[in-house]
Amino acid sequence: MAMRYPQGVDVAAAIAAGFVLDRCEAVPALIGNPDDFLMVTGLAGTARDIAALTHDGAQIYTMAGAMGGATMIGLGLALARPDKRVLVATGDGEILMNVGALATVAVMNPANLSILVVDNGHYGETGWQKSHTSLGVDLERIAIGSGIQRTRTVAAEAELVEGARLLREGNGTAFVVLRVAPAEPPAFKRNFDPAACRVRFRSALLGNS
Amino acid sequence: MVAVSGERWQDALYDLLRRHDVTQFAYVPDAGHRILIDRSLADPAVHSVSLTTEEEGVALLAGADLGGARGVLLMQSSGAGNCINMLSLAKGGRFPMLMLVSMRGDFGEGNPWQFPMGQAVEPVLQAMGVIVLRVERSDDVVPTAEAALTMVFQSGNAVAVLLTQRLLGAKAF
Repeated sequence: MAMRYPQGVDVAAAIAAGFVLDRCEAVPALIGNPDDFLMVTGLAGTARDIAALTHDGAQIYTMAGAMGGATMIGLGLALARPDKRVLVATGDGEILMNVGALATVAVMNPANLSILVVDNGHYGETGWQKSHTSLGVDLERIAIGSGIQRTRTVAAEAELVEGARLLREGNGTAFVVLRVAPAEPPAFKRNFDPAACRVRFRSALLGNS
Repeated sequence: MVAVSGERWQDALYDLLRRHDVTQFAYVPDAGHRILIDRSLADPAVHSVSLTTEEEGVALLAGADLGGARGVLLMQSSGAGNCINMLSLAKGGRFPMLMLVSMRGDFGEGNPWQFPMGQAVEPVLQAMGVIVLRVERSDDVVPTAEAALTMVFQSGNAVAVLLTQRLLGAKAF
């Protein structure tokens, strides 16, 4: 599938920096069967990745705001439901907004929580400005320094299998950075109503609202 | 419910929260909440979550709610200012949210740095749709917290209970 690079993105620089994978293929490859996870997504590109993957299913809570909150929402859900696998799927900009959450999560280290950062090195919804990860900031090293014990960066096709395995390992909180090209995420129109999505998620999981 | 004579109100408050099935206690460590924090750390039946910033607690509580669990955010008034945009989850997402706020910049405060946020807590939280209740006396803590628990977990609101400096006493500088 041909990737669509937006106007103004320095494609050559992105390729040189290792942001080459197609998120439309790599995200589904890492997650596998989406029914195996309860998912919380950050806003923008990753919300579209996950909505497209699940057809905006009831087992996902996507956001279009509350930037910086995805990781901690995932933690609260994981602590509430140790019987479920919880996946936080978010972007580099969203997780950088509250990078301290990685320290909070690492100290708790729930075994059923995995964090996937779809890192395209840019702020995709505000004009494709370079994010800090295009400018030398390494999210995996931040996670390691925060105390997360199981981390991986996936930047090549051959590394997808290991990344997918780590997301499901369940031996402690897992953190995978998926480096992808700064190309358009899937075009998928999802429900933007935060209250309706809360009710939908809880009804599916808890049988009531 | 009246605190047993001789029992600290903080212990009665912790027991009340536990009776109402609160299992996630989130906080940035704060002297005003020391007893609640220590009780949560010592309690194997709850998750005691130390935050790097208070906005994390707002998100944590939303996550707990998605999973059918109840949480409480313990913070100082200064921390309320760190929560504002994340409270979109409460105002827009209608996530129930219980906050216990130890007040600074209030009655008898000696640290000038505490006044801006201390004086702004009420209007700022109210602007984000949070109902604010104040407690000035120790015999009012448990009844107010019990009212807040009903307003939050039965009626689905965001409620902040302000434990004022008239109750807590002002920190000596």
